[in-house]
Amino acid sequence: MVDSVWSIWLSAAIGGVLVGMASGGLMLFNGRIAGISGIFHQTVAGSREAWRWTFLAGLVLAGVIAALLYPSLLPAAPMPVSSPAVGGTLKLVAAGLLVGFGTRMGSGCTSGHGVCGLARFSLRSLAAVVTFLSVGIVATFLIGVVGGRA
Amino acid sequence: MRQLSSPIAGLVLGFIFGIGLIVSGMVDPANVKAFLDITGQTYGAWRPQLLAVLGAGVMVTTVIYILAKRRKHPLVEAGFHWPHATVIDRQLIVGSALFGVGWALAGYCPGPALVALGSFSSDAVIFVVAMAAGGSLQHILQHKLAPR
Repeated sequence: MVDSVWSIWLSAAIGGVLVGMASGGLMLFNGRIAGISGIFHQTVAGSREAWRWTFLAGLVLAGVIAALLYPSLLPAAPMPVSSPAVGGTLKLVAAGLLVGFGTRMGSGCTSGHGVCGLARFSLRSLAAVVTFLSVGIVATFLIGVVGGRA
Repeated sequence: MRQLSSPIAGLVLGFIFGIGLIVSGMVDPANVKAFLDITGQTYGAWRPQLLAVLGAGVMVTTVIYILAKRRKHPLVEAGFHWPHATVIDRQLIVGSALFGVGWALAGYCPGPALVALGSFSSDAVIFVVAMAAGGSLQHILQHKLAPR
């Protein structure tokens, strides 16, 4: 058990190093902040800059490759065709709307404010990170209180 | 050459970012939900490990940013686009708070949701479509309906 706990910490750190290499790399190579919500919203709005489209394609491609070659790395039983229960769908839609609305209003998410913002010592990003982390923690607590154990 | 190298760099870096999210465990919503559950009362036990993703990610990015700041221009583009905004206003805080609620509800933030989209998760498809709609709605409300 001790081993598995440490291996979870280790893989989290290794994943973080890769995320950091890609985030720093997007500035070093492309001169851009690796804020995924910003890149996503600009792309949905029809961005003409190719790097945004290819960066998102790279993210999606990582998921495709992992699903095909190393499915054990992914959450148990990804569901290719089955659809979740209606309650689950409503919750996903509400969550997606909130994340999309909120990240565009607040100009960033876990990557743009979290990784990139903290890495350039931005107080504005720190305020965003403290806000979404603490609200996320309180919301999780309330979900448990309401009893929506899911 | 620049016309091709910029999107290629974007593709490779997006791919590395996605692999990092997968290896770290962030693509599994159960990990994220349990990470936010610091009292353990909602999902059984706190899983603090995602702190290491943020910690390692910030450290490595900080070092590369220091290297980038020594350069006149990035490797495959004409100029650096460092953010200039420093104001901590209601827009930033309310937006981040709404994001926090959605993040806790689904266990997805934008990056992991896009990776999960690639791994054929129907949950991620629904989430990402709603995320696109939410972002567009915010843009319309702010810029089209309420011009300053």
